[in-house]
Amino acid sequence: MSLLAKAPAIRLTALWAAFDAKPAFDWLRAPEVGGAMVRGRMGGTGGAFNLGEMTVTRCSLRLTDGAENGVIGHAYVQGRDKTKAEIAALVDALMQTPSANAVKSAVLEPLLTEGKAAKTDRAAKAAATKVEFFTMVRGED
Amino acid sequence: MYVAVKGGEKAIDAAHAWLAERRRGAKEVPELSIAQIREQMTLAVNRVMAEGSLFDPDLAALAIKQARGDLIEAVFLIRAYRTTLPRFGYTLLVETAKMDCIRRISATFKDAPGGQVLGPTFDYTHRLLDFKLAAEGSLPDAPKAEPHIGPVPHITEFLNKEDLIQQEPANDKEPRDLTREPLDLPADRALRLQSLTRGDEGFVLGMAYSTQRGYGRNHAFVGELRIGTCAVEMEIPELGFAIEIGEVELTECETVNQFTGSKTEPPQFTRGYGLVFGQTERKAISMALVDRALRWKELGEENVGAPAQDEEFVLYHADNIQATGFLEHIKLPHYVDFQSELELVRKMRAEAMGTMQEAAE
Repeated sequence: MSLLAKAPAIRLTALWAAFDAKPAFDWLRAPEVGGAMVRGRMGGTGGAFNLGEMTVTRCSLRLTDGAENGVIGHAYVQGRDKTKAEIAALVDALMQTPSANAVKSAVLEPLLTEGKAAKTDRAAKAAATKVEFFTMVRGED
Repeated sequence: MYVAVKGGEKAIDAAHAWLAERRRGAKEVPELSIAQIREQMTLAVNRVMAEGSLFDPDLAALAIKQARGDLIEAVFLIRAYRTTLPRFGYTLLVETAKMDCIRRISATFKDAPGGQVLGPTFDYTHRLLDFKLAAEGSLPDAPKAEPHIGPVPHITEFLNKEDLIQQEPANDKEPRDLTREPLDLPADRALRLQSLTRGDEGFVLGMAYSTQRGYGRNHAFVGELRIGTCAVEMEIPELGFAIEIGEVELTECETVNQFTGSKTEPPQFTRGYGLVFGQTERKAISMALVDRALRWKELGEENVGAPAQDEEFVLYHADNIQATGFLEHIKLPHYVDFQSELELVRKMRAEAMGTMQEAAE
């Protein structure tokens, strides 16, 4: 679910579009856009303070097809993309069914690989800016 | 006093239609997309998210477009929008110690464990206009090196180990929330930090600068400044446990300030803290300095009457939406109000002139 929450909507939609076994479902809670108040720690390690909100979209659904009938999926994803939330909830539901492996290799694994690659790329650029400062010895005056 | 006026609908509609046309600018110039603003005006987007107190880069970019680049107007749009959002809950505390840093510097330790990483910074540029940017062109890729994956320890931890700096122990206290209750003084530190992190960058910068110039000086060093992304986790009632619901880019500044001590405590460094949405380091450093100045009471310092030590002055004037709302309302029709003042002044003048006449006679 963490992977789905952070995935770029465009990639998740594209990967889902290529996935054949899309199940039928009913909404338990249609996608709804809201906010979550993000909290920080005072001084980085101390007690809580309210930092500011972020947008979140949530939904819940129930699969209605044959063997998967009744399986429930939830999603809480960053941003305001209702389609992203719907796909995330469907993936969450399918992960509890025999289709788990198929959806994992079609959607979750590519997201994981791409997420890691983006992170490594960023870290590599940061590493290139690592700096060694030298203090100069001052003169007599 | 403001008394409502009626009428003017046609003129107002025409004014807004013209505003839309001016916003678009010359038609022969291509229109800006939201994605272009988000990707290429990133620091403006970050400022609008920080002061709008809502992390959503697309919305902030839209607000900047709608506001014709007026960032305070854009912040206003974001604040108005966020009031329409149902609150799903409060997240767990973001752990900045686990941040994926793109920048991490220390002005106090040259050989900071984990290294000094400059990241995408304006520091050490010559501040000369780059006319190459006026021409479109391709850009070479930024250089890469062997990446460090994983958390980097906070630098203040090393001072902690020797007990040389005041500790910041965790607690379970539920912080007050400015979006749920009006600002009520005295404020505790949690409320002050919420107020400062969404405060106007210019105001917080000015307050911080005043402490450096001597109005409540507290000798700040930037112990550590880090920028990067942090995962955000929240308890999900449907699941009964916490999951990551996304990630936010943050700038964190920890200052190391002049020491205090007492009869029972040996001298140790004190701290100021800044944490702001996005890559917003001027704001984060300013926030840390002002946070430190406002802590005078708990640290047993003297109130020297400096503006930055005055909680009421700082917190009641830091919010640019409150400030601009009250300031700009004076340009709206105040005819009835002014009429009464006009009559009063005429009467006073008539009386004064009458007295002068009598005196002359």
